[in-house]
Amino acid sequence: MAGESASPARESRAWDRNPILKVDHLSMRFGGLVAVNDVSFVAGRGEVTAVIGPNGAGKTTVFNCITGFYKPSTGRLALFHGGPATDAEVDGVTASGLAWGKSEAGALYLLERLPDHKVASWARVARTFQNIRLFSGMTILENLLVAQHMSLTTSGLLNPAAILNLPSWQRKQKGAVDRALYWLNKIGLVDRADDPAGDLPYGDQRRLEIARAMCTDPVLLCLDEPAAGLNPRESAALNELLLSIRREHQASILLIEHDMSVVMEISDHVVVLEYGSKIADGTPDEVRNDPRVIASYLGVEDEEEAVAVVEAGA
Amino acid sequence: MAPVSGSDLADVPDPSPVPAEKPRGPERTSAVAGAFKDALVSGLLTALLFLPLVGFRASESSTGSLVLTYRFGLVAIFAGIVMVGRFLLMVTVWNPNRPPRRVSTTPGVMARLGALASPAVKPVFFSFAILYPFLSILLAGGLSPSRYWVDLGIYVLTYVMLGWGLNIVVGLAGLLDLGYVAFYAVGAYTFALLSTSVPINDFFAGTLGDDFWTAWAFWICLPLSGILAAMWGVILGFPVLRLRGDYLAIVTLAFGEIIRLVLINWVSLTNGGAGISSIPPITFFGVPFDSSETGFASIFGLEFNSMHRMFFLYFVILGLAALTAVVTIRLRKMPVGRAWEALREDEIACRSLGINTTLTKLTAFATGAMFGGFAGAFFAVRIRFVSPESFTFMESAVILAIVVLGGMGSQMGVAGAAILLIGGMELLRNLSFLKADFLFGSDFDPSLYRMLIFGFAMVAVMVWRPRGLVSSRMPTIFLKERKAVSGSLVKEGHG
Repeated sequence: MAGESASPARESRAWDRNPILKVDHLSMRFGGLVAVNDVSFVAGRGEVTAVIGPNGAGKTTVFNCITGFYKPSTGRLALFHGGPATDAEVDGVTASGLAWGKSEAGALYLLERLPDHKVASWARVARTFQNIRLFSGMTILENLLVAQHMSLTTSGLLNPAAILNLPSWQRKQKGAVDRALYWLNKIGLVDRADDPAGDLPYGDQRRLEIARAMCTDPVLLCLDEPAAGLNPRESAALNELLLSIRREHQASILLIEHDMSVVMEISDHVVVLEYGSKIADGTPDEVRNDPRVIASYLGVEDEEEAVAVVEAGA
Repeated sequence: MAPVSGSDLADVPDPSPVPAEKPRGPERTSAVAGAFKDALVSGLLTALLFLPLVGFRASESSTGSLVLTYRFGLVAIFAGIVMVGRFLLMVTVWNPNRPPRRVSTTPGVMARLGALASPAVKPVFFSFAILYPFLSILLAGGLSPSRYWVDLGIYVLTYVMLGWGLNIVVGLAGLLDLGYVAFYAVGAYTFALLSTSVPINDFFAGTLGDDFWTAWAFWICLPLSGILAAMWGVILGFPVLRLRGDYLAIVTLAFGEIIRLVLINWVSLTNGGAGISSIPPITFFGVPFDSSETGFASIFGLEFNSMHRMFFLYFVILGLAALTAVVTIRLRKMPVGRAWEALREDEIACRSLGINTTLTKLTAFATGAMFGGFAGAFFAVRIRFVSPESFTFMESAVILAIVVLGGMGSQMGVAGAAILLIGGMELLRNLSFLKADFLFGSDFDPSLYRMLIFGFAMVAVMVWRPRGLVSSRMPTIFLKERKAVSGSLVKEGHG
């Protein structure tokens, strides 16, 4: 089928040439339930990679594995800083038993070996949540400052200069506020900086959550259904924001989305999951025309579905 | 989304919603009639309920035999109170004709008033605290008669400090700690054991003079008490901080009890239930408060009075409480303080931002425990006697009540709640008018009812101000204007 006939050409794909995240044979079982079954895909550096699929396909589980909230049952999640590492380097780190190692291009991290907060602070993978998780009782500015906790502290806890309120600390804090302001300008919420985050309308909360994730200065930004519940105008503003993040911040974006207008418009690469397995992987155009994707999204006659299942199994 | 203001009564469902456009005249009379009927039924029920409970009383006569006394008057009084109260409530607050109150997301009137007055409240409170002993001399008419009031001030300030210490754990980090008294006990016993230790005394007697240890024990042990309590905070915190909510509360409760039971049963070290006595008294940085030549009074040219020591104790606890407050205010503006509050708001979001939640919770536990340890050392030097009796679960409950009643996270609220609860409970000892014959009789001791009244007060505050006395939260940083955050948006933590 489409995936197999394209395999010789695959080596020339942008995301295979310069990957930021390599997911290898990822499986996640909860007791007897297989939520994710042997999924492998690659997210390209500087690209927007979308993970789509019907409800219950295991998209959020994949996300939770990548961001360290779940420990995968099996599989390897390699993230590359600086540039892609060779397979030999990845295998070397895997064999070493460590969670990270240096590579020629920079560093590589095995995310399945890191606890969630280190996925964020060491590997610099930021994420947002399907049900928004802002600090609703804190102001918008405070939300963005909490996000910069790691850069404001040494060893993630205290900052000796802050205890004494030294000028060096004041400069640092000023820098953090400036950074927050930059993002507030970007999402158009400067005027509401001193309002509690819980008072914002839904669409603004979504954008604030993205800005908060970006304040951690990530190399990979994982967005779990960023357009859920947005109206078309807000959805268009979100597209604009995501494209500008990719353009100006060289951050790679991995997103789960149901809204096809967002997926088709901004993503460079689409991975389709169904029942925990990958059924298609390619550019938006390829995926749009893939019969299995059409089958899983639109439904097909029994006979056709049987063919699709045989193909999926093959 | 429109979050309902927590302090607002509007979220209490109306007992019988009546459309507002109905004519009000006839409705009103029927409402009063209904209220009257309701009050009558309630009064009757109260009378029936209280008749066996209150109406009959078996007391011992002078010959030793039991006699039955009747107190129908008292039953009637109770029934009357319920009837009148029920009637008043039915025609006012629970009146079906009452227009529904507007629901607002902005902070309530009280919160806004509080925000307006807040710049003035703190200096006024602090200057009053400094002037309090002098005021009590003036009002009580002399140094010695003011003893009761200064002692009360010390007592209240101890709880203010404990409340502020626990506020870091419960109010800021949102970790429900029911065993805070354990750290208070660790601090008190650290000082008590070290200051009465013979080897340490001998060691210093050989090098720095015979009186050195008695004179300086408190000032050397004070930081040690804090450090040891913080260490125990970490020891407790490390295994239990993966627990949340109710489970964390239960384990901290158990920890408090374990410490107390160890103190009772490790007789060779702690002298068991008999406690440790003859703890050296506090000194003015090495100068004892006694009538000798080298005492405080003669050095400063004053006439000796035992109240000098009390005064000094008052200012020591005031200083310690102020230290707690200043450190907390400073920490709130630092990344670690913001991380505590973020942890209370949403722990999972914290982890997604790279914050090590275990470490952050441990710092909160250790910081809170350290101030508990300071307060414990002060307790030991004030009473000069420690025993496990002083560190029961009741103490933890009172301190937690102060934090919850004050409004979690608010320092002024906690201070106010400590003054209300501890000062109020103390003043209840003096309600001699309740001994009147028509009320409870001369053998009635109002102080026995303190806990009952305390409980009622808690229920009342929780009904009217569910987020505590001060329900809004002040942001730690602002761009243009510092606006209070309504308590309804602030989360209480998952433990």
